[in-house]
Amino acid sequence: MRTFKIGGVHPHDNKQFSAHQAIKECPLPKQAIIPLVQHIGAPAQAVVKAGDKVKVGELLAQAGGFVSANICSPVSGTVAKIGDWTDAWGAPGQAIYIDVEGDEWLPEIDRTPDLIRQCTLEPKAIIDKIAAAGIVGLGGACFPTHVKLLPPPGKKAEVLIVNGVECEPYLTCDHQLMMEHGEEIIIGIQILKKALGVERAIIGIENNKPDAIAHMRELAEKQLGIEVMPLKLRYPQGGEKQLIDACINRQVPSGALPIEVGAVVDNVATIYAVYEAVQKNKPLISRVMTVTGKNVSKPGNYSVRFGTPIEEVIALAGGVPADTGKIIGGGPMMGRAMDHIEGMPANKRLSGLLFLPEAESIRPEEENCIRCGKCVQACPMGLEPYLLSRLAELEMYDELEKHDVMDCIDCGCCVFTCPAHRRLLDGIRPGKAKVGAILRERAAAAKK
Amino acid sequence: MKKLIVAPAPHAHSGDSVRRNMLLVILALLPAYVVSVIEFGWGALITACISILACVCTEYVISRYILKEKRQTIGDLSAVLTGLLLAFNLPSNLDWWIVLIGAIVAIGVGKMTFGGLGQNPFNPALVGRVFLLISFPAQMTTWPVANGFATRYLDAETGATPLYYLKHMVKAGDASVIDQLPSLMDSFLGVMGGSLGEVCALALILGGIFLICMRVITWHIPVAILATVACFAACTGWAGAPPEGMGTCQYVGYELLTGGLMLGAFFMATDYVTSPMSGWGKIIFGIGIGFIVMVIRTWGNYPEGMSFAILIMNACVPLLNKIRPQRFGEPKKA
Repeated sequence: MRTFKIGGVHPHDNKQFSAHQAIKECPLPKQAIIPLVQHIGAPAQAVVKAGDKVKVGELLAQAGGFVSANICSPVSGTVAKIGDWTDAWGAPGQAIYIDVEGDEWLPEIDRTPDLIRQCTLEPKAIIDKIAAAGIVGLGGACFPTHVKLLPPPGKKAEVLIVNGVECEPYLTCDHQLMMEHGEEIIIGIQILKKALGVERAIIGIENNKPDAIAHMRELAEKQLGIEVMPLKLRYPQGGEKQLIDACINRQVPSGALPIEVGAVVDNVATIYAVYEAVQKNKPLISRVMTVTGKNVSKPGNYSVRFGTPIEEVIALAGGVPADTGKIIGGGPMMGRAMDHIEGMPANKRLSGLLFLPEAESIRPEEENCIRCGKCVQACPMGLEPYLLSRLAELEMYDELEKHDVMDCIDCGCCVFTCPAHRRLLDGIRPGKAKVGAILRERAAAAKK
Repeated sequence: MKKLIVAPAPHAHSGDSVRRNMLLVILALLPAYVVSVIEFGWGALITACISILACVCTEYVISRYILKEKRQTIGDLSAVLTGLLLAFNLPSNLDWWIVLIGAIVAIGVGKMTFGGLGQNPFNPALVGRVFLLISFPAQMTTWPVANGFATRYLDAETGATPLYYLKHMVKAGDASVIDQLPSLMDSFLGVMGGSLGEVCALALILGGIFLICMRVITWHIPVAILATVACFAACTGWAGAPPEGMGTCQYVGYELLTGGLMLGAFFMATDYVTSPMSGWGKIIFGIGIGFIVMVIRTWGNYPEGMSFAILIMNACVPLLNKIRPQRFGEPKKA
């Protein structure tokens, strides 16, 4: 069975809590909070003002640049205000507050469950529809999807790689989505193939989800040019470069995008959103979130409209467990520990909520580096984490750059594996940010 | 609601620890130690106990009273391991006070002067051993004969090691001592003279394979050392190095199975702190050790050179760490 070639670790997948839990609809909130940054790139620009009446699906904010995404209204009601808002990690931003009234949808949105298989749109029209729907990569990075579908001049996509890996422990939303909406995903893949002009699509799924592999295989068999590829369980297989390596044995060079090797990667949840946008005229207004943890009373997968305060989703799952130490937005490897949950809404970025008991929340004390080299063995990018962390501590940014710190994908394998509990990424992360800033300055100076 | 704990990702850990790795290495050494106790009796028990106790006490005293560290590190078992490895490298009939000096030098000079675990450039157990070898050459090269569980400790019957005979035969051209050599099978099972823990190749290989399977060490260093020694011995064997009456294969066998080679290849050279980080670094490190040990054995004055070979290559580790691992997406190195 295939997998990526360098590094990687085997965290316990802990998916048993929420796996196979049918997707449940989360009720509408009284007030929805819609942040203007739910993607990588420039913040979206609000096109509504306080007092405006909006329907579900109406445009609330327009993409604020080429790399940016539209935000459509997930609820119907009256815009209460557009004001300051702070996310669960303390970063300030702007949000649109909507007082929810009823559930009135734009008439062009098809809300029936009927499958629509035929897509007669031209590639350009498909991409425009995806852009209008505000679709971003729902696997975690939130990169605007339409940008990926427009390769730079001279580059040609050859294969669409569909990310059904879900390598983050605990999370099961993509798995459940494949089980419940496999047909829609297959149609979505055909639409994206058409948009990209590629003949071949590969769905990569890790072998800890045998039912999803079998189900998607059965659906893909009737289709031309879609192949399901079971992958050997290994973290971080869902990383774009690792997944391409695993599926088609091509390695994206340092600093390059997947299109360099002819690949475009999209997550299954993103592709489901593409289906809904193109075939049903439904913009991206909700997503499936996993709410899980060892002590959560009703762990499961919840379909949540954006803007719904996460406290309401947590209430559905049985509330915050008593001994919770950390609440993590996302999975345990790359998710971020929240500072507070009040006023934090579900949004495009939030793939799950994980409640860690207090005992698992406190990091063990650091010991001396014993130079065992396990971080070097674990790094999927072939870097030397022990060295990068030391160089970052010493603020030796030139050396950091020479040792390819910019290739770090933040996956956490080095910290996960370190027997001395060294917090390598605590140093590497800011070091990488600093080197990135230096590189941008240099590029700007070179332009002048 | 009570305050949430905030920390950067990742929020999961493999459960691995320094202590676990040290414990697994100690476990892997136990089969060889059991053989030693059977062969050398009380001497093996007493030497190991003194060495381990002295190492642990030295680390504690220096850390607590000289460095005034708040957190003590003897619980990570690295000092226990150093003590055990030092004992493995000593003759089992060594006077207790010499063992004590060796342990104090190993931990005090070899490890704590540099700042404790992870900071030392040289393998501490070997620093202790080589210090003793140079200071007490006579006592350090008088090995008891392996003859079943000996109840005697200091006045054990002594004799030379196979490598000593081999050297004697090669250097002096004295083929008469060939009868003194144990059979290859005896060398494999450890029925021969030598340092406390180095005699049983079988037990050491089993321990080494256990460590590789448990992912405590990787295959690179031991394989590189053993392959280099075998190639070197085969080449010099063809060139006429082995004495009359001994075939090339037999000669290669003796070079591999006797002396400190197996102990060194699996347990001493693979010491985390003093070996390189990357795969290629480890392979070159191993080749270097194999080469140096064979040069010393073949042309040097000492019958055995594993300690020196490892220490010399330890000194090269910072340089070998300049070798980068294969980066993702980088064209394969030639």
